[in-house]
Amino acid sequence: MSVLVAPLGIPLVTALLAAAAPRRAGVQHAIGVTGAALLFVAAVRLLLHVHGEGVVAVQMGDWPAPFGITLVADLLSAAMVAVSAAVGLAVAIYACAEPRETIERGSFVCFSHILMLGVCGAFLTGDLFNLYVWFEVMLLASFVLLVASGERSAVTSGVAYVALNLLASAFFLVAVGLLYSQLGSLNLADLRLRLDLPGAREAAGPAAAFLLVAFGIKAGLFPVFFWLPASYPTPAFAVSALFAGLLTKVGVYALLRMFTLLFPDPIGGPLVAVAVATMATGVLAAASQSHVRRILSFHIVSQIGYIVLGLALATSLGVASAIFYTLHHIVTKTNLFLVGGLIARAGGGESLARLGGISARGVGLSLLFAIPALSLAGIPPLSGFFAKLFLIRASLQAEAFVAAGAAVGVGLLTIFSMAKIWNEAFWKAAPEEAPDLRLGRAAVIACAGLCVLTVGIGIGAEVVWELANDAARQLDDPQEYLRAVLGDGS
Amino acid sequence: MTLFVALAIGVVYGVSILLLLRGSLWQLLVGLGLLSHGAHLLLFAGGGLVASAPPLVAEGATQPAAGSADPLPQALVLTAIVIAFAVLAFALVLGDRAAAKARTDDLDAYSGEPG
Repeated sequence: MSVLVAPLGIPLVTALLAAAAPRRAGVQHAIGVTGAALLFVAAVRLLLHVHGEGVVAVQMGDWPAPFGITLVADLLSAAMVAVSAAVGLAVAIYACAEPRETIERGSFVCFSHILMLGVCGAFLTGDLFNLYVWFEVMLLASFVLLVASGERSAVTSGVAYVALNLLASAFFLVAVGLLYSQLGSLNLADLRLRLDLPGAREAAGPAAAFLLVAFGIKAGLFPVFFWLPASYPTPAFAVSALFAGLLTKVGVYALLRMFTLLFPDPIGGPLVAVAVATMATGVLAAASQSHVRRILSFHIVSQIGYIVLGLALATSLGVASAIFYTLHHIVTKTNLFLVGGLIARAGGGESLARLGGISARGVGLSLLFAIPALSLAGIPPLSGFFAKLFLIRASLQAEAFVAAGAAVGVGLLTIFSMAKIWNEAFWKAAPEEAPDLRLGRAAVIACAGLCVLTVGIGIGAEVVWELANDAARQLDDPQEYLRAVLGDGS
Repeated sequence: MTLFVALAIGVVYGVSILLLLRGSLWQLLVGLGLLSHGAHLLLFAGGGLVASAPPLVAEGATQPAAGSADPLPQALVLTAIVIAFAVLAFALVLGDRAAAKARTDDLDAYSGEPG
C-alpha cells in the first residue's frame, strides 16, 4: 500500500510545509529540494516494486473495487512517475539559482509540488472521475505558476491557456457523463469489462470521441495546440521547464491509457494523419521562430506528434516506441528549457538576434546545450536517436510508409532548428557586450544531471527499451491489470 | 421531463458557444462558465432522471428501494461544480488583471508575444 501512496503523500506534505513555512528563499528551497528528492526515492521504489512483482493496486478506504477509489500502478504508470520525479528533482535544484523574487512572491515551491501531486495522481489513479480531479489539481497549480510574475505577456497568454484547458475539461466531463450513463461504472478496469460486452463499445463511440478531443487539447495535438507555444515561453525558466516536461505528457499518458485499456480497437488512418500533421506543423512553425523558448515550445508540439504516431499505429511495437519516446522526451525537453534559461542568463535575453558568442565563454555551457539538442534531433548514441529509430521501425513494420518518411523529414528539420540556436547564440560574434552574469552552480548541476540521464538512456537503451516493451505488453493484454484491481473474481 | 432537460442542456451549450466565439474577454469567461454547467447538467442527467425517489435505505433494508435515483452522478456533479467554481473564480481574477494590463477586453489584442 505505501509504495502507491508515498508518491502522492510526499508532494502533498511538501506543498503544505512550503505554504506554512516562512517565504524566505533559503527555507523554501530546503523544503522543495528535500521533498523532490524524497519523491524521487519513492518513485524509484515504486518502479522497482512493479518491475519485480507486477501490477499493484490499492483500494482507498477499503471499499472494494469498483465502488471505492482505486490507485493502481502498472509499468507504464510507474515509469512515468519515476521519470517525472527525476525531472521534478532537477527543476527543484535548478530553482535554487532562480531570482529570489520568483521563488518568494510566487510561492514556487508550494505550487510546483501541488503540480507534481496532480501529475503523479493522474498517472496512478484507476478511476476516470479521479483522473478528472487530478487533472484539475495539476491545472490549477499550473495556472498559478504561469501567471505568478504578473507581467503583461504572462497574464494575456494565461487567458488563452486557462480558456483552452477549461474547454478540454468540459469535454472530458461530458465523456465521463456519457460513459457512466451507458455503462454504470467509472472504474477503468470495470469499464473495460463492461465495454467488452457485445455492442457496448459501438454505443460508447461518442464518449471515446470526447475523450480523444479532451486529451488531444491537453496533449497539444494538431489542430488544437495553439495555447502551448503562446504560454510556455512566458513564465520563469524553472516553471516553463516543468510544464514542458510534464503537462502535455499527462495528456499523452491519458491517451495511451484510454486507447489501449478502454478502446483498444485501432483508430487508424485519421489518428495517423493527425500525428503526422502535428509533427510537421510543429517543426515548421519552430523553424520560423527566433526566440529560444518559442522554438523549443513548437518542438514540443512536433514531438507530441511522434508519440501519438506510435499510439496510432496500434501495434505492440508502436505503443512500446511511444512509451520509450515519452520517457526520453520528458528528460530531454525539460533539460532544453533549463539550458535555455542558462543561455538567457549568459547572453542577456532570449531573442536570437541579440544573443551571440556564448561558445567563446567556455565549453561547459556549450556541452550542456549540445547534448539535449543533439538528442532531440536524434543523433546517436543519445536517447533521441533510439526513440526515433524504434518509432520509424514500428511505422515501417505497420506499413505506414508516409508516416515513417515524415518522421525522418521532421527529424532533419529538428536538426536545422537546433543548429539555428547553435549558430546564432553560440557561434556568431556577440552583437553587443552582454552583462557577465553568473549561471548559478545549482542550475548547472541540474542541467548536467539531466544530460547524464539523456546519455544514460542512450547508452542503456536496451534496458529502457525492455521496460517500454514490458509496459506495452501489459497494455496489450490487460488481464494482469484487471486482476490487480478487481481481484481474482474477474 | 427528459425532453425538457435535454432541451435545457442544448440551450446552455448553444448560448455558451455563441459567447465563446464573440472575441471578448468577459463573454469568453461567461461562456466558459456556462459550458462547464452544460457539462454538469449532462453528467447529472446521465444517471437517469427520477422524480421524487431519493435513494434512502428504509429501516431494516440493506439497499435503497428499486427505482430510486442514482446517488453517484449527484456526488460527481457536486465535486465538478466545486472545481468549476474555483477555476472560474481564478479565471475571473486573471481576466481582470489581463484587461487592466492590456487596457482592453478585445482578445485579438492578447497575442502572447513574450517580452
